[in-house]
Amino acid sequence: MLEVDVQNKVFGKQQILGSCRLKLQAGERLSILGPSGIGKSTLLRIIAGLDTAYEGKVNRPVGIAYMFQGPNLLDWRNCYQNLMIFHREASQAEAQAALEQVGLGDKGLSYPRQLSLGQQRRLSLARTFLSKTDLVLLDEPFTSLDPKLKAEMLELTRNLLDQSGAALVHVTHDAKEVDILSSNAVELQGSPATLQYPIPAAVIQTLDE
Amino acid sequence: MHNEHLIRLVSLGILLLSWSVLALVMADPQVLPSPVVVAQKMSELWVSGDLQIHLIDTSIRIIWAFSLAMTLGGILGYVMGRYPLLNAWLDPWLIVFLNLPALVLIVLCYLWIGLNETAAILAVTLNKLPLVMTLIREGARNASSELRDLAQVFKLSPFHKFRHVILPELLPHLVAAARAGLSVIWKIVLVVEFLGRSTGIGRQIHTQFSIFNITGVLAYALSFVVLILFIEFLIMQPLERYATRWRQDA
Repeated sequence: MLEVDVQNKVFGKQQILGSCRLKLQAGERLSILGPSGIGKSTLLRIIAGLDTAYEGKVNRPVGIAYMFQGPNLLDWRNCYQNLMIFHREASQAEAQAALEQVGLGDKGLSYPRQLSLGQQRRLSLARTFLSKTDLVLLDEPFTSLDPKLKAEMLELTRNLLDQSGAALVHVTHDAKEVDILSSNAVELQGSPATLQYPIPAAVIQTLDE
Repeated sequence: MHNEHLIRLVSLGILLLSWSVLALVMADPQVLPSPVVVAQKMSELWVSGDLQIHLIDTSIRIIWAFSLAMTLGGILGYVMGRYPLLNAWLDPWLIVFLNLPALVLIVLCYLWIGLNETAAILAVTLNKLPLVMTLIREGARNASSELRDLAQVFKLSPFHKFRHVILPELLPHLVAAARAGLSVIWKIVLVVEFLGRSTGIGRQIHTQFSIFNITGVLAYALSFVVLILFIEFLIMQPLERYATRWRQDA
């Protein structure tokens, strides 16, 4: 379903990524762990097709949903529009159902700036899962949230993933997220960064600490 | 809000009162006529139909120059903001045009093209164009790359990307460029008419100036100010409120 074989990614004169190979079957969930700045987001952008300046090859499914680090909402469009613009086949009833799923059932006509930070993330989550998708890519979307809100959002994300049956690639520096969202984890490490896997449970525990 | 409106009205009243007092003190209508005398002259010009003819001619030139400068300036400013290489090529031209005195452009347009409408409109357009380009370029530079990524990953069509992402992001800058551009056009269009047209408010000010009729100069000038205020309050300010309405909810 997803096959990634990245050999080389350079920014300016610096090589950021070395060999990064992974395969994902339909419905499989994978977390990529690594410290901040190692190149996790770069790898995810390559997987999504947002970055094409690299050596290697990626075979990706057609239906991809991506959740960015920030909520990335259209501030000038209301919540319904923020969903339906990106899912043109969706009806308003489906958009309403998606909003209700993330606890924003009464916010359809609100603009993003009228929402709290947590609500904005919920809207972003609803946008990610509104349509049937084969692969969901999460780029540390809950990093800036407080621990309680982050736990809520992770739980909500897992439920939505369970319902959708989509495969997942999730990058994070927080090993706690792996347990909640994924079935497997690989680590991005070194300079240039390469994928190391599988990660033994002991390493995850160390990262956790 | 009501207080602010009241203050504006009172402030305008003070300006008129000061003018009246000054006219009374000078006691020479040839040099400084009172607001009442000027209003009477405006009324006469309106009744004779002269005022409307010249206001319409000036307005047509403004609409042409405004439309051309906003369209060309919007496109050029946007591509300069998005493509650094193109910006490197065009930026020196922009700096030259930004600093070229308006009078030089007007005179050259008349000399090269002739004393006609094309030259007049082009002269006004060229004076406004660099300002629009600069403002739109800044808007394009500040546009969010994350939103473009979002549009790409969710496979928005070019039309929907333009309609829902690019245009709304640029809209506040477009409105700012329109307002700033209009303020340039007001000033330039009268000079263009003064120097080389046979109709328009600028031409009439020239005529009144040549016969030293200060009442006539003020009557035409104030009619033009009324037109500017009309466009400002009935078109530009509502447009700006519309373009930034989602910000007001913050």
